[in-house]
Amino acid sequence: MADTELDVKYVAHLARIALSPAEEAKLGAQLGNILGYIEKLRELDVSQVEPTAHAIPLINVMRPDEIRPSLPVEDALRNAPAQANGLFLVPKIVE
Amino acid sequence: MLNQLTIAELTAQLSRKEVSAREATQACLDQIGRIDSQLHAFLSLDAHDALAQADAVDRAIAGGANATAQPLLGVPIGIKDVLAVKGAPLNCSSKILGKYVSPYDATVIEKLRAAGAVVFGRLNMDEFAMGSSTENSAFGTTRNPWDLSRIPGGSSGGSAAAVAADECVATLGSDTGGSIRQPAALCGCVGLKPTYGRVSRYGLVAFASSLDQIGPFTKDVRDSATLLEVISGIDHRDSTSLPQPVPHYRNALTGDIKGLRIGLPKEYMIGGLDPEVNSAVQAAVKQLQSLGAEIVEISLPHTDYAVATYYIVATAEASANLARFDGIRYGQRVDADDPLALYSKTRGAGFGDEVKRRIILGTYVLSSGYYDAYYLRAQKVRTLIRQDFLKAFEKVDVIVTPTTPTAAFKIGEKSDDPLQMYLSDIFTISCNLAGISGISLPCGFTSNPRLPIGLQLLGQPFGEETLLRVAQAYEQSTGWHKERPPFSAAGK
Repeated sequence: MADTELDVKYVAHLARIALSPAEEAKLGAQLGNILGYIEKLRELDVSQVEPTAHAIPLINVMRPDEIRPSLPVEDALRNAPAQANGLFLVPKIVE
Repeated sequence: MLNQLTIAELTAQLSRKEVSAREATQACLDQIGRIDSQLHAFLSLDAHDALAQADAVDRAIAGGANATAQPLLGVPIGIKDVLAVKGAPLNCSSKILGKYVSPYDATVIEKLRAAGAVVFGRLNMDEFAMGSSTENSAFGTTRNPWDLSRIPGGSSGGSAAAVAADECVATLGSDTGGSIRQPAALCGCVGLKPTYGRVSRYGLVAFASSLDQIGPFTKDVRDSATLLEVISGIDHRDSTSLPQPVPHYRNALTGDIKGLRIGLPKEYMIGGLDPEVNSAVQAAVKQLQSLGAEIVEISLPHTDYAVATYYIVATAEASANLARFDGIRYGQRVDADDPLALYSKTRGAGFGDEVKRRIILGTYVLSSGYYDAYYLRAQKVRTLIRQDFLKAFEKVDVIVTPTTPTAAFKIGEKSDDPLQMYLSDIFTISCNLAGISGISLPCGFTSNPRLPIGLQLLGQPFGEETLLRVAQAYEQSTGWHKERPPFSAAGK
């Protein structure tokens, strides 16, 4: 198995997931194992191959620029953990 | 018992007014009441609402409604906990969605309702559809009705177990790397993954958007055709749905497969293939041959790279899609003094282990300095995998493989080894990467214990008619689909 460079603490920060030290250790070992397996893709020469993002390519799907009904505000807010005055409440962002 | 009927049988009895929709729905509710405390296919259900829908169908039938115009009239259909049903909870078997209640119906749910179905229940799954056993559900594991100590497969384990155990007449699931076909195989029912773009995903909680498709679990292939026809078609709310016309799929079920060419990929005869699974599939191939199909050996040379490719592409897309679960607009929130800490604590507390693992892997393969080495390379290998299939389909009409390398494994057997769990999807993953269609149907049993074995047929993009024709011809010539688990049939 190839040695992984994956720094779990750093990547978890990028992913905005708080991990306990025990989770970091366990995930680090498991992800190292998975990345070792994924290394097998290096066996292939893909220098002349175009990437596939979607199996069935669709380009610029447009709809008529018309006003149509959307989800009412009260429905959109119904599942919010905190809301007031038709808005989502969040912690202070700017001092 | 009405819960044991197929869609075709139930709608025929309803149209002859021999039974009522209420009786059919009640029969499913009774079966659930009798066995689901052990099976745990359902997370929740609203019996009152289901019976109210059934009563509305009975009034409609009295007023002249019929199954010709509404092919699911009075049919109780259970829903995987990943699809939005207005007014019903939606959790994706995760803690992070808290007490979320869907404010709208998914397009497939609208279509089921328009076709007369009784839409009910939330079926268990691996959290956010990530897993192959339903062991990753935050609300407990669903059991395999053939052996309660075994997994039903996943991620749509609840959907498969509910159909196999006659708790529903049919169900819907979703398939990103095999999440319909694999549990259908392990529980002994029919599961279809339509071509990418065939079915609208509006109202499906996204896992990997270039791979996800919604599809049916049914008791036979005819019902699969019926349900596929109802849910297919372009939808302006899903810009990846495609405008191909929707055929009358049941008309394709002629029983005649003479002269069709069926490909047998040599790369699928791997070392880890269970001998009993192998012999059941070989017997199925002989059966197809005796029905007049021509068997052609083919090669899909990049098969061995599919699992690695999938776990880069799918996790990368998941890391982006699941960014929305941040404790701001819906679901659970863990409060903190600043937004960043709120996101991290909410996600750390709300996601289970496998979801964390995949988001972190996906974040890593997309991160600066690693994108080309992992994500871009995987997208290129994906091209090679897709080309393998398109080349094969120049020579054959359908490809036949096992659905899974083994029958259902024991609960806990692979739960501590994510890589071994991933490798159990080896035969189903390529289909999603290539965007083609696939179906799993019963083709036999292991001897001891007696567990179902699944046959996978893979079809061309928008080749569902041929796929269903071959599947139904095989099914009708064998009868494996009529076998029922002793656990759920007992007491009848």
